[in-house]
Amino acid sequence: MSEPHKPSRWTLWLPLMLFLGFAGLAMSGLFRPAEREVESAMIGKPMPQFTLRAAVPERPGLSTADLADGKPRLLNVFASWCLPCAVEAPQLAALEAEGIEIVGVAIRDRPEDVAAFLARHGNPFSRIGADDRSEVQLGIGSSGVPETFVIDGQGKIRYQHIGEIRPEHLALLRDKLKEAGS
Amino acid sequence: MTRAWLLIAVLAVWAAPLQAQDGVPPAPYANVQLADPAQEAKAHALMLTLRCLKCQSQSIADSDAPMAGDMRSLVRERIAAGEDPEAIRAWLVERYGDYVSYAPRVTPLTWPLYVIPLVLLAAVGLVLRRRLRKGDSA
Repeated sequence: MSEPHKPSRWTLWLPLMLFLGFAGLAMSGLFRPAEREVESAMIGKPMPQFTLRAAVPERPGLSTADLADGKPRLLNVFASWCLPCAVEAPQLAALEAEGIEIVGVAIRDRPEDVAAFLARHGNPFSRIGADDRSEVQLGIGSSGVPETFVIDGQGKIRYQHIGEIRPEHLALLRDKLKEAGS
Repeated sequence: MTRAWLLIAVLAVWAAPLQAQDGVPPAPYANVQLADPAQEAKAHALMLTLRCLKCQSQSIADSDAPMAGDMRSLVRERIAAGEDPEAIRAWLVERYGDYVSYAPRVTPLTWPLYVIPLVLLAAVGLVLRRRLRKGDSA
């Protein structure tokens, strides 16, 4: 056997440094809030083909063709049983008042429940399609309610907002709509 | 007695939104197996490896979330229509990214996970061989 050479001073500390580095990594993973949102991978892609029946009698249903008329708009995925959807109602009303068109997709909802929800929180939608089997929701990579998508005039998905729209999100949504319109 | 009624009232208030979510009957194959056992086996194997997006630590086969039911129905209907399970997985990955699938893939991001153990094993093998040879000659 050859004479084992004496390790230099700094290599003595190497295992401890490695351990501390690993511990730091583990701790940062533990204490960082977990990313719970699943982003859609459909940004930049066209809306899938679909035809949804009207969710309430007073508004028409929604199909792919309605989304490709040259005008950008918001597509709001909501449900009457979803509490955050009520929270974003004033923001949707504000956007509608500015002349922005908003179409709705109601997830697994009965007409009477949707009607009651709209009577209570207002109806900013020009069309509301009833998505009883999450067909459109799965088709556009949405994983919950509420979510809001910016759809351009060619029917392409341009932006996804996950969760309720709070007042501080309005400016960003307006910008995204403007981008989609150009 | 009044306490019990109070409890029931509180539970009823909580139950209302939950009930509403189930107001619509589930998709046809959310909780119904396919008639053909071979197709059902294929569908079930796929469902075990797809993530429920609402309750992210469960597969759609395990989850009671209505959205998971809709995903099960989508899987079963497509299998019944003759679609390949991996094509269905690819369809979902195209929409939700790799996160929706529990079956790991080798990608530009994940290849070190597969290569590093092999490199380490090879290094250990080399070191051991040199040591053993030296041991023999000594």
